Amino acid sequence: MNGSHPHYLRPGLPAPRPARDGLDAPFWSALREEQLLLQRCGTCQRWQWGPEWICHGCHSFDMVYEAVEPVGQIFSFERVWHPVHRALVDQGPYIVVLVELPTADNVRLVGNLLGDPRQPVPIGANVSGIFEHHSDADPPYTLLQWRLT
Amino acid sequence: MAGVGQTTYYKHGQSPHAESRLALEAILNACADAGIAPEEIDGFSSYSNDRNDGPRMAAALGCRELRFSNMFWGGGGGGAAGAIQNAAAAIAGGLADCVVAYRGLAQGQFGRFGRGAEVGQVSGEAAHTTPFGLMSAAQMFAMKAMRFMHDHNVERSALRAIALASYQHAQTNPLAIMNGRPLTPEKYDDSRWIVEPFRLFDCCQENDGAAAIILVPAERARDLPHPPCYVLGATSGGHYRAGAPVHNTPDYASSHFKTVARRLYDMAGIEPEDVNVLQSYENFTGGVLMAIVEHGFCEPDEVNDFFSIENFLAPSGRLPLNTSGGNLAECYMHGLGLTIEAIRQIRGDSPNAVPGAEVSMMIAGPMVTPVSSCVFGSQATL
Repeated sequence: MNGSHPHYLRPGLPAPRPARDGLDAPFWSALREEQLLLQRCGTCQRWQWGPEWICHGCHSFDMVYEAVEPVGQIFSFERVWHPVHRALVDQGPYIVVLVELPTADNVRLVGNLLGDPRQPVPIGANVSGIFEHHSDADPPYTLLQWRLT
Repeated sequence: MAGVGQTTYYKHGQSPHAESRLALEAILNACADAGIAPEEIDGFSSYSNDRNDGPRMAAALGCRELRFSNMFWGGGGGGAAGAIQNAAAAIAGGLADCVVAYRGLAQGQFGRFGRGAEVGQVSGEAAHTTPFGLMSAAQMFAMKAMRFMHDHNVERSALRAIALASYQHAQTNPLAIMNGRPLTPEKYDDSRWIVEPFRLFDCCQENDGAAAIILVPAERARDLPHPPCYVLGATSGGHYRAGAPVHNTPDYASSHFKTVARRLYDMAGIEPEDVNVLQSYENFTGGVLMAIVEHGFCEPDEVNDFFSIENFLAPSGRLPLNTSGGNLAECYMHGLGLTIEAIRQIRGDSPNAVPGAEVSMMIAGPMVTPVSSCVFGSQATL
C-alpha cells in the first residue's frame, strides 16, 4: 500500500492477538473477513468502544458485536518522526489517525492514514476504511487502515 | 510538609546504584532535612507501580511500626500529588503520624519508558494501537494536544514558552541535569520532531534517581527546622470516562483536570489568582498547556497571549512556572521533584525563589488517569 510494500508500516511490529479472555475476539476475526464489528448494547442499543464486558450506560452485560460501515471523520492525528521500535528505524515519518464513526455514536478507532506520510492531515476530513491483510503472519491478522475520501 | 530529600540525579541508565538504594537514600535525606529519625516513619505512600514497596522499605529502615502502606493507582506521574493526597489523608484520618511519599527510578536496571516493547504479539488495549506504530507515551498523548491546539488555534510559541521557562530556571539549579545547557528559541525551533506537535524539547527527559517527602501532623510544624509548609488541598481522579480505552474518552482534548482542579480550589479555599507560583508536570509541553487552562489560569482561547516566557519566569513573572527546571530540565523523577520544588517555594529555599510566595501549586501527570494536583501554603494562609 505504501509504494511497493503491501503494508503501510514496515514488518516487525508486534502483531495483535485477541485478548485471552475473548473480549475482542469477534473484532479481530471479522476483520479477516473484511467486516468491521464493534460492540453494541443489546439492551439500550448504545455503541461502545474500546471493548468492555458491560455497557457503561445501562450496565447490561448483553454486549453484542454488530457490523458498522467503516466510514468516518478524522478526529485527531499525529505524524510520528522518531522511531521507538526497532522495526521502524528505517520507516521515516508515518501518520496515525483517530477516526470517529458517526454511524456508531461517534466511537473512535486508531489506524494509519494511507498515502503520502508528509501529506497535510485535515481534522474533520472524511475517511473510509481499507482492510490491510497480514496473511503471512502466524496466525494471520488484518488491520483496518484509512484513506481520505 | 516536614522535609524533602533527593538523590543525585542521573541521565537514564547512568545511576551507579540500584533503584532500592536510591529510594532509601532519598528517604534518609528527607528525614535529615526534617530532623526526624527514620525509625519514626510509620507510613509509606507511592505511585506509578513503584517497585520499592512500603513494607520492604519499612523493614530495611528499621521503622518501629508500619501503619499505612499505600500505592496510588495509575502510571506515569499522575500520582506525584496523589501520593501527597494519600499521605495527608492518612495523617488527617489518624491512620499514621509520619508518612513518607517517595519515588525511585533506575532505568538502567529496569528499562526505559519511551521505547515500544520488543515482543512478538500484543493483546488488550495495546493490540488496538501498537500495530499502527502508536506505543510510546509521546505517541499516546500527541493526538490530545493536536486536537486541543486545532480547536483553539494554539500557536507553537505557546509550547515553546513552557520549554524555555524550564530550561532557564534550570540554569540556576545546581541539581538540574540541564544546568549549564541553556535552551534558546532558535535551538527549540530547530530541534527535530519526535511526534507532531511535539519537538525534542517538548518532551521530558528520562532519568535515574529518587525523591522523598516527609509529612507529619500540622501541629508539629512549628517544631520543625524549616518554615512551616502546609497542604491546603490535594485532589485526584479524572472526568467522565477519562479512562475509556483506545482513545475513547468522550472529552478527549483534555489533560483530565477539569473536575480535579475545581475540587482542589474548593478544598484549599482559594482561586487561581491566589496562586503565587506553579509547578506543572511536563511529560510533554502539550499537557502543561491544557493543565494550565483547566486549572483556570487562562481561557483556552487566550493561550497565545498568556503563554509567554515573560509570564513564566521567576521571580516576577505573572505565573512563575517550573522554577527548578521541572521534568524537562531538572530531572524526570515522575514529578516528585516538582512537588519538592513547590514546597521549597513556600520555605523560601528554591533556586529561583518567588519572593513572598504564600500559595504554591503542583499539577501532576497531565493526560493520564488518574491525575492529581495539590496546593501548599505558608503559615499566613491558615
